[in-house]
Amino acid sequence: MFRAVFRLSASGARSLARSRSCYSAPLASRCYSHGRAETEEEFDSRWVTYFSKPDLDAWELKKGMNTLIGYDLVPEAKILDSALRACRRLNDLASAIRILEAVKNKAGPHKDIYPYLIQELKPTLSELGISTPEELGIDKI
Amino acid sequence: MLRFTAGRVGSLLTRRATAALTTSSARMASHGPGTETSPVDVSQPMYIDRADIPLPDRPYKDVLTEVERSLKEKEKGPWGQLSKEEKIALYRITFCQTYPEMNQKSEEWKTVLGGIFIFLGFSGLLVWWQKVYVCPPRPRTFDEDWQAQQLQRMLDMRVGPVHGLSSHWDYEKGQWK
Repeated sequence: MFRAVFRLSASGARSLARSRSCYSAPLASRCYSHGRAETEEEFDSRWVTYFSKPDLDAWELKKGMNTLIGYDLVPEAKILDSALRACRRLNDLASAIRILEAVKNKAGPHKDIYPYLIQELKPTLSELGISTPEELGIDKI
Repeated sequence: MLRFTAGRVGSLLTRRATAALTTSSARMASHGPGTETSPVDVSQPMYIDRADIPLPDRPYKDVLTEVERSLKEKEKGPWGQLSKEEKIALYRITFCQTYPEMNQKSEEWKTVLGGIFIFLGFSGLLVWWQKVYVCPPRPRTFDEDWQAQQLQRMLDMRVGPVHGLSSHWDYEKGQWK
């Protein structure tokens, strides 16, 4: 996932952003007193599994998304894909568009993350019929 | 002028109070259309526009018009069949402000700064009035010649001869060291 590139927080940032425009960043690991640190792949798959639950309800979707956005990272395309499909199962187009807005906001000053994510999600977006905020014109005031 | 100031201060205070009760910094939280004046039931799930809470606890509009309800029914089908306006309408049913709208800069800082200066100015007026009407006259011990005589007396008494005042005075030459 795309971590906060230029911030190594006191609580320990894991590996920093891997994106197309390679930010060459050193790996910083979280220090646990016991147990193993979770890898990025494990994190991603955990969240993909969460949103893939067939009978995920609206509350769980909200909780999941709000928690995910609370993390210091931009979620990977596969997590978002899973979340968007969950929106489809719940017949909630508004939330799907909101999720796209949220990740764009989450990327902050890194303006190239969001277009990359949209590019990755294009097949899903056209399959499910989700319009991006840009297509709807709500990305401007 | 005073009435204008009081009104501005009044509105600033009420806005500050309501802003303190909500978590939104740029805008007050919306409770849904037409409910701003009635008290909010905080024991119920609340709606809020926050960048870090993309999906609030409840949709913005609870009560839907006939058109909106039929649109919600259409939402259950393929989304490709919805027009742009319908998609925007669905968004606005569930959410009040879009992310760009909620992240808008406000002019509030001007009000805040203006309020600060008003209060500082008012305090300045109070201090001036105090100086003129409350403070007693300046004691004569502050006069230049009194201070000079006082210093001479202290030197004569050898006040602080080791490390203090008199230790810095050269008694032979009659000047400071």
